[in-house]
Amino acid sequence: MSLTKIKTRPKDGATEILVLVNHPMETGQRVDAKTKEKVPAHWVQKLTIELNGKTVADVDMGVAVSKDPLLAVAVKGAKNGDKVKVSWSDNKGEKGGADATVGAA
Amino acid sequence: MNRRTFLKGTVAGSVLAVAASAGLLTPTRVLAAAWPAAAFDAKTIDDALKGLYGTNAAADSKAITIKAPIQAENGAVVPIAVSTSLPGVESIAIFVQANERPLIASVALTGAEGYFSARMKMGKTSDVKVVVKSGGKLHTASQQIKVTVGGCGG
Repeated sequence: MSLTKIKTRPKDGATEILVLVNHPMETGQRVDAKTKEKVPAHWVQKLTIELNGKTVADVDMGVAVSKDPLLAVAVKGAKNGDKVKVSWSDNKGEKGGADATVGAA
Repeated sequence: MNRRTFLKGTVAGSVLAVAASAGLLTPTRVLAAAWPAAAFDAKTIDDALKGLYGTNAAADSKAITIKAPIQAENGAVVPIAVSTSLPGVESIAIFVQANERPLIASVALTGAEGYFSARMKMGKTSDVKVVVKSGGKLHTASQQIKVTVGGCGG
């Protein structure tokens, strides 16, 4: 299971939205130490961040994003109680996401 | 893969290719819908830029700030934060020159500020290039990051 976490915090007069996805982000180049075989590529390709139902950021990722991607964007004018929604999909068609509220812990 | 999904995939792919070659869709529209495989598979930054934006003409800009370590101890996790004071930022893309596939990630901003932060893998010491699209033009800045332990296999 992939876990998705969202955190919001004030930053320079805007609101920073941090997204953490628990994901292996396999490049397809890594060789398993035991089996000596290449581990198939498995990485998050698209991740969308919505604020109150409107897409604010649409991220395309390659295999070179680190394991367990931690991304951040910033939005102006977000108020406490605003809804943040994150959804992602990877190259194997797996999907995940999470919802959060601005200002909530 | 079963036959049904295989057929669906090829039909959808060829329809898109026909539409693109007929000029019905501008490159940016195609990219907004699908993950830009050509840009991510590109071996050079120039090719990746062409895949993303259709052009590799980017001007150096002092209005882009890259916050990243000068020396990274672990190439598997190199934090980078990009911020810019350019107005109307449409997208931010991050490239690592020495990686086999330089494009790390690209974000289309529709309402968010000119700020993007991520963690990336770096095979070896390299220049990191950031490209910001604002007002239909490409702006770029770069910084070298020294890597002591590579993050790609090994």
